[in-house]
Amino acid sequence: MGADMSVIISGFGGQGALFAGILLCHTAVLEGKYTTWFPSYGAEMRGGAVNCSVNISDKEVPSPIIDKADAVIALNDASQIKFENRVKPGGFMIVNSSLSHIKPKRTDIKYINIPLNELAQKLTQPAFVNVMALGAFIEKTGILKLESIKEVMKEMAKTVSAKKAALLPNNLECVEFGANLIKNQMVTV
Amino acid sequence: MAKELVKGNEAIARAAIKAGCQCYFGYPITPQSEIGEYMGANLPKLGRVFITAESELASINMVIGAGTTGTKAMTSSSSCGIALMQEAFSAMCCAEVPGVIVSVMRGGPGLGNIAPAQGDYFQALKGGGNGDYKLIVLSPSNVQEAIDLTYRAFHLALKYRNPVMLLADGILGQMMEPAEFGEYPYKDPDVNEWALSGANNRPARNIVSLHMPEGEMEQRTNMLFEKYAAVAKNETTFEEYMLKDAKLVLTAFGTVGRVAKAVVNRAREAGMKVGLFRPITLFPFPDKNLHEVAKNADMILDLELNMGQMLLDVRSAVFGACPVEFYGRPAGGLLTPDMIFEKVQELYKKLDDKTKAGVI
Repeated sequence: MGADMSVIISGFGGQGALFAGILLCHTAVLEGKYTTWFPSYGAEMRGGAVNCSVNISDKEVPSPIIDKADAVIALNDASQIKFENRVKPGGFMIVNSSLSHIKPKRTDIKYINIPLNELAQKLTQPAFVNVMALGAFIEKTGILKLESIKEVMKEMAKTVSAKKAALLPNNLECVEFGANLIKNQMVTV
Repeated sequence: MAKELVKGNEAIARAAIKAGCQCYFGYPITPQSEIGEYMGANLPKLGRVFITAESELASINMVIGAGTTGTKAMTSSSSCGIALMQEAFSAMCCAEVPGVIVSVMRGGPGLGNIAPAQGDYFQALKGGGNGDYKLIVLSPSNVQEAIDLTYRAFHLALKYRNPVMLLADGILGQMMEPAEFGEYPYKDPDVNEWALSGANNRPARNIVSLHMPEGEMEQRTNMLFEKYAAVAKNETTFEEYMLKDAKLVLTAFGTVGRVAKAVVNRAREAGMKVGLFRPITLFPFPDKNLHEVAKNADMILDLELNMGQMLLDVRSAVFGACPVEFYGRPAGGLLTPDMIFEKVQELYKKLDDKTKAGVI
């Protein structure tokens, strides 16, 4: 299937799971790839559970809905429980160990435990756990370039309010830090 | 123009604005609310009309009002909301009032759920309105096609003075993927010959759907069906994929079509002669074309997110030329590439066994 990659990003409303998916898609578009984003939708609210499915491919994406994913990013414990069985054998799950202390159930997938809240809050205020997780995901898979997602962030910052645009440096720092966690083997992969 | 990442619902709204839609009337309902949101944020800025109606019934009747003046107008809704508009669709067809309706299907029957589904094929094509009438129905399978077919919907509505429905589903409405808008590619006909524009020294005009004198309604219906025949002759579109030597032909509309296409690729890699026939216009349905395909196939497998609705049109088109199988799931149940591939393998094996036994 070539450079196919499917990932489910899940968390509670406000953590930026949906936005993280949109960032990934924009990055894929920038790199000339096919991509789809599909959210859980409807009766969602801040604090409730939300997730999105993202496909990145060199070929047309058949279905935006992911049955089994190559990877899952679980930003909280509920997400780990909900999507643990949706990772393909041999795939991996990034778990936000700041908010999840659940024992892994599977032996045929890899768990990458990152205390995203602690690390991000130490790094910047306000902190962006979603973006830090993306940095780790990109570095781990190599499906997209770190430079591309940074470029997307910079472009996006031009289109939002000054208040939001001021958070660009924090976002850039978080995504870079996430990538370095994998690159420098600061977490068990 | 470069491709940009855009959500299906927003793509439809933006395309409608680029197509020259002057009025949007709607009532929010998941999974299509982003269409109204985008229209509400943008139409007034352009000096055009946006109204959140008090109900779906009001929305479609406002479309009728705008349509009688030759103004490009639209509404959008989902399943149970579209159900409320059926009476007006019939009236629009009879009175030849143009208008665009976007239907983003969710699970049913009843209020159902908000999950993606294709259970409103009958609703769109076989109508809940009274009498002999037909909507022109277009079925996009990806965001790019949603844009292109929104343009086409506005054009066809004026060209044939008939309501046109863009029939999408919750997947397409909610998903994002790269697409490009380009420019509205059609030259629309002059509406001044018929539109209610204020008589001002010309003879008065009347656009109605009540025809009481003896024979008048029959004559009118015959005239409408001559028009529908012209629509069928001129506007039938469909996608054919890997059909030349296909023994097993998949039929599917909308987003299921894109999943089926991927399954065709996978089946071909596995050495199975499988192809896809995807109607893009549901009315006019490409029945003659599908019949030709069926004559050269050993079997057709129809795939839908419902209990078998387009299936009736597929069977009618095939007309016994080959066996037709059906595989579907209703009300939010989805067909994944894996599930369809498994079904294809199962049916293909049956065909192979028959070939070996000399039956085919």
